[in-house]
Amino acid sequence: MTRRAIVNKLMFALCGLAAFLTVSTLFLILAYLVYNGGTSISLDFFTKLPGPSGHPGGMANAILGSAEIIFFAAVIGLPIGFFSGIYLAESADPWLPAIVRYTADLLNGVPSIVIGIVVWTVMVVPLHHFSALAGGVALSLMLIPITARSTERFLLQVPRELREGALALGADKWRTTATVIVPAARRGIVTGMILGIARISGETAPLLFTSLNNEYWSAGFKEPTASLPVMIYTHAVSPYADWHRQAWAAGLVLLGLVLVGNITARMVLTQGAKRS
Amino acid sequence: MGKLAAGVTRLFAISILAITLLLVIQLWLHSYEARQKFGLGFLTSTLWNPVTDEFGALPFLYGTVITSFLALLIAVPLGVGAAIFLAELTGPKLSETLTFLVELLAAVPSVIFGLLAIFTLVPFMRNYVQPGLQRVTGGIAIFSGHPYGVGYLTAGVILAVMTFPFIISVSREALLAVPREQREAALAVGATQWEATWDAVIPFARLGIIGSIFLALARALGETMAVTMVIGNNPSIRASLFAPGYTIASVIANEFTEATGDVYLAALVELGLVLFALTIIINGLAQLLIRVTTKR
Repeated sequence: MTRRAIVNKLMFALCGLAAFLTVSTLFLILAYLVYNGGTSISLDFFTKLPGPSGHPGGMANAILGSAEIIFFAAVIGLPIGFFSGIYLAESADPWLPAIVRYTADLLNGVPSIVIGIVVWTVMVVPLHHFSALAGGVALSLMLIPITARSTERFLLQVPRELREGALALGADKWRTTATVIVPAARRGIVTGMILGIARISGETAPLLFTSLNNEYWSAGFKEPTASLPVMIYTHAVSPYADWHRQAWAAGLVLLGLVLVGNITARMVLTQGAKRS
Repeated sequence: MGKLAAGVTRLFAISILAITLLLVIQLWLHSYEARQKFGLGFLTSTLWNPVTDEFGALPFLYGTVITSFLALLIAVPLGVGAAIFLAELTGPKLSETLTFLVELLAAVPSVIFGLLAIFTLVPFMRNYVQPGLQRVTGGIAIFSGHPYGVGYLTAGVILAVMTFPFIISVSREALLAVPREQREAALAVGATQWEATWDAVIPFARLGIIGSIFLALARALGETMAVTMVIGNNPSIRASLFAPGYTIASVIANEFTEATGDVYLAALVELGLVLFALTIIINGLAQLLIRVTTKR
């Protein structure tokens, strides 16, 4: 073989090795988490409150708390993101869409811990309470740019002919958007929303100073509320072996939810592609 | 009707600008006491003493930069190599599947990386990697000291795993956006497949690849939970990569709810402001680079 052929083979092999190493990380993570989580999980995990070391109980309050926080985030974040996405895709304004698009990408890259600080200043300080609502607001601020950009992307993928057809029939621009473009892109838009929810549901840092944590059932949406990610954190860094097992169980449940969300989103999209 | 719809969606879009502005204003206002008391010296002081109310950001800046740098050192060759493989050297079907798996890796929550790192990576680093590095190098300064397992190097490794998915998926997009002719021309004049990739395709996608690295850097700088769980929580500057350290994001995560006193709290918010500025600048550059390449 010539030197060039050897270099060709060698670089091919090295790049393949890099791809193999990176992808196998996912399987390592999954295997380890399933093994440790699977041996730690029980019915108690879903039905009982957390207890002290020796009586670790379960994380029922954190599961409910996470659901509550994500619900608030979705109710606030999805509509704002959705309508912003429509604006980005459809507006004929001269320069504002480009600025909003760029800002949305920047907002998406703001470290989540910084979002936590800011929501603490605008929600927790004035209301004198850590709360599920504040946690939801923090997560919604992360959800808005994600939803806006994914909605925009899928609206732009709608074929020109559909739009032109509607316009030719005499519909105005916004009626076309509402009755033709958005319905045509709905699978993509929903996919983006599911991915967004999956992304925020594992976020821990923005909840640390907004919803805080709670060993018991939350007394209401204006009170400190437990969540699965924060519970994983507090249990993992504790010195107790039985708390560690609780953290593994919670980790398995959380990752399961996130991956199911991602895979569902993917299936929604590919099925839509097949049908059309 | 059309005017109304345009107005309403514009209002929603402007709310994105308003939220971003709100972040800046709140961070600026709530860091007032610290900015007033320490001025620019905040960035160069190594003191972090809540008892005497003296605060400096340097140990945290150092920890943040050094862990992110280590992360890139590992993630860039792995990520770019994998992206080249996925975009250039393999069939579309395998490429799609592997890319999907890499994107799943990007979806794994930070706290789960932290959980795994505490119980697997930390003991592994302590028992094998760190003593091994000391034996091989003879214990030079950056690999000196007791191998605790937690510290800059371990945080860098976990950050590398968390950032290479971004490098892979964005670099791959950039490589796929290179026109076919570019490859075919190189192959037609007798280049090997690697030479075509290296000399004809990669230069074309260069800005996008650099953009993906900046994107990964911004993620690494702001990453909180996984780092907080393995960094060792020690506000000092050490030459050894094995030493326990601290990052901006982790000190905020650990001390914010326990901070007593206005200056202490303001100092933590100011750290948040520094982190915000840092990531905005790097992300801003990344987005520009990515835009330039995907537009072509």
